Amino acid sequence: MRLTCPHCGPRDRREFYYAGADVLLNRPAADAPPEAWDAYLHLRDNPAGLTRDLWYHETGCGAWLAVTRDTVTHRIDRVEPVAAPVPAPARKGRRA
Amino acid sequence: MRYSGWKVFAEGLRGNRGWTRAWADPAPRDSYDTLIIGGGGHGLAAAYYLARNHGITDVAVLEKGLIGQGNVGRNTTIVRANYGLPGNSEFYSHSLKLWEGLESELNYNVMHSQRGLINLFHSDGQRDAFARRGNMMINQGDDAVLLDREGVRRLLPYLDYEQTRFPIYGGLYHPRGGTARHDAVAWGYARAASARGIHLLQNCEVTGIDVQAGRVTGVQTTRGAIRAKRVAIVVAGRSSQVAAMAGLRLPIESHVLQAFVTEGLKPVIDHVVSFGMGHFYISQSDKGGLVFGGDIDFYASYAARGNLPMVEHVMEAGMTLMPMIGRARVLRSWGGIMDMTPDGSPIIDRTPVEGLYLDAGWNYGGFKAVPASGWCLAHLMATGQSHPVAARFRLDRFATGAVIDEEGTGSQHNLH
Repeated sequence: MRLTCPHCGPRDRREFYYAGADVLLNRPAADAPPEAWDAYLHLRDNPAGLTRDLWYHETGCGAWLAVTRDTVTHRIDRVEPVAAPVPAPARKGRRA
Repeated sequence: MRYSGWKVFAEGLRGNRGWTRAWADPAPRDSYDTLIIGGGGHGLAAAYYLARNHGITDVAVLEKGLIGQGNVGRNTTIVRANYGLPGNSEFYSHSLKLWEGLESELNYNVMHSQRGLINLFHSDGQRDAFARRGNMMINQGDDAVLLDREGVRRLLPYLDYEQTRFPIYGGLYHPRGGTARHDAVAWGYARAASARGIHLLQNCEVTGIDVQAGRVTGVQTTRGAIRAKRVAIVVAGRSSQVAAMAGLRLPIESHVLQAFVTEGLKPVIDHVVSFGMGHFYISQSDKGGLVFGGDIDFYASYAARGNLPMVEHVMEAGMTLMPMIGRARVLRSWGGIMDMTPDGSPIIDRTPVEGLYLDAGWNYGGFKAVPASGWCLAHLMATGQSHPVAARFRLDRFATGAVIDEEGTGSQHNLH
């Protein structure tokens, strides 16, 4: 799988770190009820089909990207920069 | 029909004309007491234990394809009980005990082979962590032996002990671990459930779940509507889609996990072996193929096929550990779709919809859990109480913070 980074062009999947569904862009207010935080952190639509999720161009330009793609076919429709900055994710030591 | 060595012999003399179907193929009724959505290992086991342990036989299992064609046949068949955390530890311990009696229980050869599982470690820190894990396993009543380098060499002489990058310091040996023939597990439970009067409805895909006033009343299927008082969703790999039919959003993201098998070889790998410095685990099937796998591809996917970076990682790890497998040719690879929860542990619980139950989130550990998952789901549905060994597998544990993070990486979707 390759992602076409808007800054760097087509790059191998291994250059990117996957963060998860774009629900992460809609952070609840600090005083939002616990249910809103549970939904933000844990609950997912998890569609079989079109989805939009966040990828970090870790070994490239360092941009956060929103990728629209199909989870059934692995087709990539659109890769766009995320407008608002997102904090760096917690990292796992061992990963692909 | 009872299977036995004598039966095989007698049928051999009579031209094998006396064998009958292993399970019945009934027409769906309009209503049942209990419906199990999903005819995989977990669903069939739940149906069987509903009948066996609780006397509930007015049950139908709804399978969208054929028995044994789903995820139950898309795994690396490993059976083990080497968990550490409360919640997982007692559950998988219970499951392994059920495995050990499963063939006589079901009167079916599931080819359960307790050939022993060895998790290798490659540093002092990793040895300490594995020593601790071994003690946790022993405290749970299971078996664990800490092997040093020479101890591993006696069991696994074919590993590369000369390399300096990932030196083998030893291994945690779990003698009761092993493998089983995965589709035989589905067939065995299907046959035993059918023999107790449970309806197995194949090619019967659920297309909707009927909920009235917060209570489940039945399901819509490709073979018509079926009413029921209790419904369980047991469709790991597609849990989010089926739960959405009842208006639920789950703490699950689906990922693809790849596995590989080589051409058949003479016996060479006697155990289940896992590498501690990369994700790689291997065993040899009774047919002779080396069956091995690695990590998930690490992005949400329903494709049932993976990408090349993980293929490369798995092959590199295998070659690093046992260079001899470079001579074997890979016959095929496949991907199974995993319900990944934020903490990497499963869910066996009620849902906010009255009468609707959920058995999901098996991550990449579902196969060894089949007997206990069925046992505990049946207990929950029949008694209304969680079984003690599955009481921590709650749907609300992410909201309450009572997570079971076996890997210790954090309760977050992209980390397990």
